[in-house]
Amino acid sequence: MSDPRGPREISLTVNGQGKTLRAYPMERLLDVLRQHLKLTGSKEGCGEGECGACAVIVDGALVNSCLVPVLQVQNSTIVTIEGMAQSSRLSPLQKSFLDCGGAQCGICTPGMILAAHHLLSRVPRPSPEEIREALAGNLCRCTGYAQICEGVANAANREVLG
Amino acid sequence: MRADPVDYELLAPGNLPDVLSLLAHEPETWLPIAGGTDLMVLYASGRLSQKKLVSLWNLPELRFIDVADDEIRIGAGCTYTDIRNHPTIVHEFSLLTTAARWTGSIANQNRGTLGGNIVNASPAADSLPALLIYEADLILVSARGERRVLYTTFHTGYKSSVLAPDELIRAICLPRHFANHISYSRKVGARNAQAISKVCLAALGKLDRDTVTDVRIAIGSVAPVPLRLRSTEDALKGKAIDSHAIATARSNAIAEIQPIDDIRSTAAYRAAVAGNLVVEFLNALRESITRP
Amino acid sequence: MTTEHIVGASVPRKEGGDKVTGRAQYIDDLTMPGMLYGATVRSRIPRGKIKKISFGTGISWDEFVIVSAKDIPGKNCIALILDDQPCLADGVVNHPEEPILLLAHPNPHILPKAVEAVAIEYEPLPALFTIEDSERQETIIWGADNTFKRYLVEKGDVDSIWQKAGFIVEAEYHTGAQEQLYIENNGVIASYDPNSGLTLWGSLQCPYYVHKALIKLCALPEDKVRVVQTETGGAFGGKEEYPSMIGGHAALLAMKAGRAVKIVYDRMEDMVATTKRHPSRTRHRTAVSSDGKILGGEIEFVVDGGAYSTLSSVVLSRGTIHAAGPYYWPNIRIRAKAVATNAPPHGAFRGFGAPQSLFAMERHMDRIAATVGLSPIEIRKRNFLKTGQTTATDQTINEPINLEKLLDRALELSDYHARKAHFRNENQSRTCKKGIGIATFLHGSGFTGSGERYLASVVGVEGLANGRVRVLVSSTEFGQGTKTVLCQIAAETLGLPYEQVEIAQADTDDVPNSGPTVASRTVMVVGKLVQSAASGVAQTLIAAGILRKEFSPKEFRDACSKYIAQHGQLKSLAQYEAPPNVYWDDEKYRGEAYAAYSWAVYIAEVSVDLAIYSVVVDDFVALQEVGKVLHPVLARGQITGGVAQGIGYTLYEKVVWQNGRMQNGQMTNYIMPTSADLPPIRVYFEELGNVHGAFGAKGIGELPMDGPAPAIVNAIADALGTPFDSIPLLPEDIFQTMESCSQSPEAPLTQGVR
Repeated sequence: MSDPRGPREISLTVNGQGKTLRAYPMERLLDVLRQHLKLTGSKEGCGEGECGACAVIVDGALVNSCLVPVLQVQNSTIVTIEGMAQSSRLSPLQKSFLDCGGAQCGICTPGMILAAHHLLSRVPRPSPEEIREALAGNLCRCTGYAQICEGVANAANREVLG
Repeated sequence: MRADPVDYELLAPGNLPDVLSLLAHEPETWLPIAGGTDLMVLYASGRLSQKKLVSLWNLPELRFIDVADDEIRIGAGCTYTDIRNHPTIVHEFSLLTTAARWTGSIANQNRGTLGGNIVNASPAADSLPALLIYEADLILVSARGERRVLYTTFHTGYKSSVLAPDELIRAICLPRHFANHISYSRKVGARNAQAISKVCLAALGKLDRDTVTDVRIAIGSVAPVPLRLRSTEDALKGKAIDSHAIATARSNAIAEIQPIDDIRSTAAYRAAVAGNLVVEFLNALRESITRP
Repeated sequence: MTTEHIVGASVPRKEGGDKVTGRAQYIDDLTMPGMLYGATVRSRIPRGKIKKISFGTGISWDEFVIVSAKDIPGKNCIALILDDQPCLADGVVNHPEEPILLLAHPNPHILPKAVEAVAIEYEPLPALFTIEDSERQETIIWGADNTFKRYLVEKGDVDSIWQKAGFIVEAEYHTGAQEQLYIENNGVIASYDPNSGLTLWGSLQCPYYVHKALIKLCALPEDKVRVVQTETGGAFGGKEEYPSMIGGHAALLAMKAGRAVKIVYDRMEDMVATTKRHPSRTRHRTAVSSDGKILGGEIEFVVDGGAYSTLSSVVLSRGTIHAAGPYYWPNIRIRAKAVATNAPPHGAFRGFGAPQSLFAMERHMDRIAATVGLSPIEIRKRNFLKTGQTTATDQTINEPINLEKLLDRALELSDYHARKAHFRNENQSRTCKKGIGIATFLHGSGFTGSGERYLASVVGVEGLANGRVRVLVSSTEFGQGTKTVLCQIAAETLGLPYEQVEIAQADTDDVPNSGPTVASRTVMVVGKLVQSAASGVAQTLIAAGILRKEFSPKEFRDACSKYIAQHGQLKSLAQYEAPPNVYWDDEKYRGEAYAAYSWAVYIAEVSVDLAIYSVVVDDFVALQEVGKVLHPVLARGQITGGVAQGIGYTLYEKVVWQNGRMQNGQMTNYIMPTSADLPPIRVYFEELGNVHGAFGAKGIGELPMDGPAPAIVNAIADALGTPFDSIPLLPEDIFQTMESCSQSPEAPLTQGVR
């Protein structure tokens, strides 16, 4: 076994790209993304897994990256907000957020979009209740959620209609 | 972030035998961490005093769900999402799927594990009352072998248990004989989602006409450990479920619990609500008589 | 320009693309070369003398930059109004979490250990924690009498009305502290160079407030201090005055270190150490005629300002002026005071005193209704201000507002009468009691009285050589749509496409002082100046003979290009001028308090589950008259967001205090609503226009904060047949009240007939 102290080599796939970096095993995935990989789209709002501003998708599952030690995502596939748009084209979800007023100050928006994306990838036509439940782990202080939920429903319709 | 990652070690051997070997050879040194939804909060606030951790995350020997004829075995490393999505659990153990749905957010359900919830042993843990109701057995494992204990004997006091220093929970076994019970559960938290419970009740009942043949009531957040309300249950068994029995059950339940004042709620509120939830359960049970 | 195409349309948010892609750069996303990280050592006691400071073992202190009060080059204060708040405690502390020392180090991870290793010995002094403790004046903790400010508003002859009253209604109301809980914590980066001076970047609302504070603290000339606002993740008033403190700290460290310093709080530090909404106590004593008309009354309005005066005098001012609600008071006396306690100073939070006093007024109206035997609707209709009548401060309402009609519309939208009848029926047999409640209220836009004149805001609009137009304001974007709306206004004014207008970053080096981004003034006051300055650009080109009066965007572009080639720059400035015949007396607190008021009726439907004593808001109608809706999607977003915060204020958000310190400084324990907790919030607007505002707009940012608490508590009282006069109203509180009611059903809460 290698020396348990000191940084380790961590290999990840982030937004479709292979990355190798050195990090201490207990560095939070959030900090690794923001500081090592300069992917600052994921935010720290609370550091306790309550606000969802740090949410990313690991191996297909939405997680709060402030609660994940980076060693546990060795060889995992990660999607962050930076991976949501195809080059300069916004995803239907991102477009819907803009059209419906889902982003005000924007700080919750990356986590919120990933949570919505996570929902729509499992439930293409969610009910209003399903949308509210899916987003209940992402706190927004600006919008009161109405226009966010509408943005998600709107995106669902767009996706289905193509 | 008030912790320095440099001060901590985390090992991830990737298989159960190596983890157990580590726990055996270096006793009381390595703190197991599964999904991290409890420990990482402590860590980030600078209050995780144990500096050496060993990862249980995604160990195949711990993350499985086996369905046999008479029981279901849930690996301790199963997440709440694993539990919520399993058809047998959904159909036969609704108290557990409900509890899984209550726990944290979708993101935290994808990481929090049932084993972690049990070992962390918060009096407010959402899934523990359900395990008491279903009379779970736990399979504990160490380098020395396995043993099976009744879940009802697992917690010995606030944040203490029968788990030996070199042991882990490997699986939670639930007997498959609750499909025909009437179930009731209710969590009272500060809001509808992502809330630590103030009172959490899980219950099952079975009637023969209007007589109670089986009743199980478990409650969280009103004692140092989750409680089965045995006296309340005993007073109901074999009795007709009428207004008098229900009123008596309310007083018995309040007498059995030891709620406290804390940052989230008050003892008086918890006691009153616990009583009300027991009544709500028994009313639901009584109403099931009239339904075909 | 006869038809508006841009103003009134929901154009794309200017910075929206960056926000939905994660490209938007907030302060913690930024680093500077050689940057250090800063942390704050804070008081652990509420009040006392600092006897000794020791630096513990296990830390290489020589690696740290350490700043104390002695290092302050200028005046040790956070310049705001009274300058009584130190930047760093010097020998004495007056509240828990008061900053004492600053530490900086290249490695942010060792800072928490270093902070823990600083041991401070105190000699504790008696401390005060409640309004009652403070006003008893047995212990004096501030000034001569623990009182930051008093106001007295008098109209008519209050003392003569009591004998004529059919009813005298008296009660006391309380509101608790509330944490702004922006999802982005406070953060700044400071950088200092002896030649170019000090630069501060940060999450903030008012760059020029910070600028003013840094000049005084750091003893630097105006042109050697530069403040730049970075993308700000929510503010709600919590970043109005506080950034001067955290900015001052980073500046002091940067000046001593000779390197850039970043300070970003974590959630716990932000919650326990920074400002919150002022707790309040309001006492009403009202003389009402036998047919339900207010003859007059006395209102005592008190706010708890915490340990230093900061903005309390202004919060008190707004609360005082709004205390009388949207009603006609022929006689009134309002006595108001802001008192000191040993808690971290309370500060600006959306609504700024009005949510507190309006809660009391609207609860009191329902109480008056019950006493007199009229419905909550009828009591209001009999007392609403009408056009031509005067407010408590003797301001004549000139606009054609018809509150009776507004209320009728809200009643229709909420199906009030049918719902109420239905609930009366259903409640008899259910454990879940339903109720419906009304709040009618107003909110003044812009600074009070002479405030706007004093601010003398300046706005610039610049034409660029490529025909693009740039708006230059110190007004900041923090989600409410400043950038979008001010660009809409400029584009509409000039007849240019929205895409051709941009807005400069709020950088004090580049933009004039258009005043703070507060007080619901941005669209109304600053927007109007943007209109003027934009027109000014066109006028300049027309006067130069290179642009005709009716011009196309292309002609405009060509004219700009020509003008700049000749003159180098094309910039028009507009400065605020107070409207004539608008008069405010600061001594007597009388006159035109605000240039415009927005008016609203909110109706809440609730269910109270008596098994668990919790309240769910099932439906919410928010109807308001706002002059003009410049951007329907943004306007609606302001209302839904404000109502959500109001619901939090009422039912969920409780600050648990112990000896002046917040105990529940985590998002797990300080509860704001999630998406699963809120009802559909139905938003409706009316538009009466406003001569003082851009395109007829009035302010809307804070209005939605005033209505939810009283509407919801009125609904709860309706559901349970029991009054509740204090918020936050948690299930535990409802349980306790229901328990005491069932034990002593005759507890008198109202003095009825005299």
